[in-house]
Amino acid sequence: MTATVTTPLRITPLSILGSRRALRLIERNIYVYRRSWIIFVSGFFEPFFYLLSIGVGLNKLVGALHIGNRLVAYTAYVAPGLLASSAMNGALFDATFNMFFRLKIAKTYDAILSTPLGPNDVALGELGWSLIRGSTYSGVFIVVMALFGYVLSPWAILCLPAAVLIGFAFAGVGLAATSFMRTWQDFDKVSLAIIPMFLFSATFYPLSVYPGWLQLVVRATPLYQAVALERGLDAGALSASLVGHAAYLAVLGLAGLVVTSRRLARLLLP
Amino acid sequence: MDPSDAFGATSRVPAADGEPLVVASGLVKRFGEFVAVDGVDFSIGRGESYGFLGPNGAGKTSTMRMIACMSPVSAGTLRVLGRDPDRDGPEIRSRIGVVPQEDTLDLELTVLDNLLVYGRYFDLPRRVIRERAEELLDFVQLTERARDRVESLSGGMKRRLTIARSLVSDPELLILDEPTTGLDPQARHLLWDRLYRLRRRGVTLVITTHYMDEAEQLCERLAVMDRGRFAAEGAPRDLIAKYSTREVVELRFGATEPAGVAAALEGLAQRREVLPDRVLLYSDDGDATLGEVHRLGLTPESTLVRRSSLEDVFLHLTGRTLVE
Repeated sequence: MTATVTTPLRITPLSILGSRRALRLIERNIYVYRRSWIIFVSGFFEPFFYLLSIGVGLNKLVGALHIGNRLVAYTAYVAPGLLASSAMNGALFDATFNMFFRLKIAKTYDAILSTPLGPNDVALGELGWSLIRGSTYSGVFIVVMALFGYVLSPWAILCLPAAVLIGFAFAGVGLAATSFMRTWQDFDKVSLAIIPMFLFSATFYPLSVYPGWLQLVVRATPLYQAVALERGLDAGALSASLVGHAAYLAVLGLAGLVVTSRRLARLLLP
Repeated sequence: MDPSDAFGATSRVPAADGEPLVVASGLVKRFGEFVAVDGVDFSIGRGESYGFLGPNGAGKTSTMRMIACMSPVSAGTLRVLGRDPDRDGPEIRSRIGVVPQEDTLDLELTVLDNLLVYGRYFDLPRRVIRERAEELLDFVQLTERARDRVESLSGGMKRRLTIARSLVSDPELLILDEPTTGLDPQARHLLWDRLYRLRRRGVTLVITTHYMDEAEQLCERLAVMDRGRFAAEGAPRDLIAKYSTREVVELRFGATEPAGVAAALEGLAQRREVLPDRVLLYSDDGDATLGEVHRLGLTPESTLVRRSSLEDVFLHLTGRTLVE
């Protein structure tokens, strides 16, 4: 038997972005949540509770802080950080737990891949759904921020697209990471990455509290990039570094998407 | 539908008219060093029902997954509906239905939503899917469970729903991987009946199974697979004629070891098989052979003359050793 090179089915770099079939997977997820809308709605409350407890509670003790050259109340300082972390959490939940259930437990994707949909459609569809869900939460949170007077400049209108970008980055990474997981226990590693990042990525206080070397480490984390982007836009403290943050997040999301489609093809279409 | 009708129809001449729906030549599937399918050739005609029969690990599922464009071909050529699975996977998959070995129903959706959502993967209009879903639920007798969650269904119901799901896109070719494994006899017969009706409507069926009765019931033509190759191919009746005799005489000797009397039985029939608990004599006239056994003065504790079955062919071709 002559050895021929096996061409991987349906994965080309160009096909990864731009199949209309991915919409069908989003449609499926809408069907699922139509019957469990309460789970969907519960996602609105988490960042709101954080804002009340940490923001409002600590506001009196901490006083004002700088964003760029601007001095702002502590709650207004924390709010964009919470916006960024809620965009992250919203995207990660679907991209990790729900994706794992569909991939390994319910074998949902096995069935889907026997239809015209391919692994890139599944990856893109799941990512799109995570974005829709995450952006809905972010949108509502921005409205709440505006109502409480934490929106500091007209540039804050860009906070929502920025939240979508943050969701894209974390959904991409989450999907890619999930495609390597074998058991539910592996999700402890996700928590191990997320919780310290949430607590230490300058979400609640400025980066300047850290010594120089630690600042470099924190700067490298995706959540720091996300928080800095939202905070800068909210306060209208525009600088070239905001473009850098956005680029970092976009590259992260794209890389996650490519890895996810390849992994799905490997796992599901051997 | 009486299942015996289905059985009678297996003797029909295979429909060979028109261009074949599936053509494979020198088809190979490798997983690293392991060769799952080792160069097989076959051709499945439109409207035909074709079965892959074989022990576990014979390469049946690998072959089916390649036909379903869910597994890249390692070597050789495969054409499904006249197209190349490597290039036209989505187009081919839009015209075939798949019933996988394991149930892969969408556990997050209801019975009806499983059909509605699945139809959307094929880009069908919602109105069309809704009409078909109602018909199909009726066809598989699940109309009353339409609003229930999938988890609450029994094994047989899940299987029926999976078949209904595979039909939502009105496929020309239906691929069924061990459709009745793990079901009770009632559920199996109901499924066979539904599959027989589909066949009558002109749907081409490709089935894997390791149940001989299922193969005899459902398949006009069979490939017996063993270790990645075809051990034999043909209509069930022809396979029996070619690889077995018309009848089989089974002799049990109670306390006496079969091996002890085996020598005396040498040459009585076309083929003799000595098993730990009995001796099988393959003969075209079982009663005559049994008469000769008695004339030799042998007194088996029990005797059975039966028609040769596909199981005899299967065990002859693939051996009695357990493959794991």
